[in-house]
Amino acid sequence: METTSVIGTKNKKGQVYTDPRVMMNEAPRTPSFFTGSEVIKEAVRRASVDVMIAYPITPQSEAAALIGELFAEGYIGDYFRGESEFAVMSECAGAAFGGARVFTTTAGPGTMRAMENFPMWAGARLPIQCIVTCRGINSPLSIQPDTIEISYLMQTGMLVWHAETAQDFYDWIMKGYMVSEEPDVHLPLALCCDGFFVTHTKDVVNLTPADMCLPPYDPYRSPVPCMDMECPPVRMMRDPFVMKSNYISYATHASWQQEVWAAIERSRKHTIAWMDGLIETENADADVLIVSSGTAVSQGREAIRLLADEGIRVGLVKIKTLRPWPGEEIREATKNAKYIIVPEFNVVGWMAREIKASIPNSDRVIAGPHVCGGMTMPPEIIVEQIKHALGIRSAALAGRGS
Amino acid sequence: MTNQYRVLPGPEHFLPPAAASMGIRLPNPGEAHIHGVIVPEEQALEEAARQFLMAKVPTIFPGPLVLWAWNEKAAKKATAIRHLYETIKECVTPQQQAMLIPMPDYRPKYPKINPEVEINPNHPNLTIWHNKIDCCMFVGVHCHQANLSLKIIRGGTSCYTIAMCAQAGHEDAMLSFRDASAEKIMRLAEWVRKLKGTVKVSQVVSKSGASN
Repeated sequence: METTSVIGTKNKKGQVYTDPRVMMNEAPRTPSFFTGSEVIKEAVRRASVDVMIAYPITPQSEAAALIGELFAEGYIGDYFRGESEFAVMSECAGAAFGGARVFTTTAGPGTMRAMENFPMWAGARLPIQCIVTCRGINSPLSIQPDTIEISYLMQTGMLVWHAETAQDFYDWIMKGYMVSEEPDVHLPLALCCDGFFVTHTKDVVNLTPADMCLPPYDPYRSPVPCMDMECPPVRMMRDPFVMKSNYISYATHASWQQEVWAAIERSRKHTIAWMDGLIETENADADVLIVSSGTAVSQGREAIRLLADEGIRVGLVKIKTLRPWPGEEIREATKNAKYIIVPEFNVVGWMAREIKASIPNSDRVIAGPHVCGGMTMPPEIIVEQIKHALGIRSAALAGRGS
Repeated sequence: MTNQYRVLPGPEHFLPPAAASMGIRLPNPGEAHIHGVIVPEEQALEEAARQFLMAKVPTIFPGPLVLWAWNEKAAKKATAIRHLYETIKECVTPQQQAMLIPMPDYRPKYPKINPEVEINPNHPNLTIWHNKIDCCMFVGVHCHQANLSLKIIRGGTSCYTIAMCAQAGHEDAMLSFRDASAEKIMRLAEWVRKLKGTVKVSQVVSKSGASN
């Protein structure tokens, strides 16, 4: 089947299959005031999703339930509830093996429970899209944002993108399918946002027309057979490939893993074309740069405004994709910076570690401020961190993070 | 980034890297790559023909996407591949032996593959070594499986690898086309015929490669 052959025709809901570049870049946009969860629903309405599988647990974002409404309206081929987060992700794999465009959501402890499936998805080259509305994972439980689960996802072989705003989320859901379904990429995408801040708050989002939708997924462009029960990756066990201990088995496994990470590298070209680069910069020539992803970027923007009022010029690097990691772009953007401030919504500082590993003179990186467990990050604590780095005295703030 | 890595015949390493991870990028439509350097497609067609004619055992490995007539395009490609094979056979000297060995599926073959009749992506080196293949072309193999094979071949043999890919191409081959079609395969056959008699057969013998 040729994907392009359906462009201009209508689906059963009367939506016109539209060239994705026209739909995302040229079609008129309508400003709408939505929560992040409602935005997910509106993106999925336009994404020609075949199957959505959910494990609605309390607490949760509304996204899974809202997509259930889309199923009731006839926009999604199939929709059902899994027995657990693990079951959902396994069922997503089954649907994707069968050639469906698959969508699901998860967060926090659910992400961790399902974790075994994510490297399996990547190894099996399944372009499933999983929305991760990040929240705390440790006991005692928290439903508030905490981005520590992203650090686990970054080692799975999935593409990992981190949205700052609901607008990012809307656009990236659709662009995500376009990148992850490229035959030279063909990997699952973890599209992350900081839960609660993005999912539960309202924002103005510019929507594409509801009568336009993405062309359907074409499983015949997959780099592995669509569904062959006798061959890896569908045939996971029974084969000597898995069960034997010899050089050939090991070498094949090694080559297989390399191929997954090679596919992440190949996604750069497509991602740059769709997202106008893997990073976004403001005042990159400033001596002090704030470098981060997600809503830490939004707080950084506010800190920059506060510092500008005091005559202190600070720049910003917004990291959009974590896998592929934009190491070269960060190296270039930070080459003249004296101080690189990395605010993060987690206790371990994984973003600062990644940045340190990517740039020369990594002692320029100041890992913080950190908040976690659902704390907010007032821009004032970023301001204070920057003033401290510059040797400027400032009043101590109550409630600083680590 | 200045990229010094080149995709060359091996044996390269105990575990050679994926070329994409070494900065090698895939060609855009109308282009191909030779050793990781992007070139116009026509230049790659000429070079591929030259490699076939230089090899002692030039071999085509057709995969499941062209072995089965699951659509009209696949059937046309299969005919073109057969034509390319016959052309290579006609154009090489009696000392050279052109081969056509299928990759019918991707199951690991145990306890032992029959390397005279098939190749498998999990241990392609066995077929290369057994038949002393020093130049091969993958066509109709799913991209993931082709990349597995191409890396393993580069790791442990000195075989020159060519990929005639229907999608975006393969960095792990020494020479790769993209958007393969029956017409492109026929153009490659034309280049083989055009270069007949102008290329000397390789005398290179590698210690641990295909020419042992």
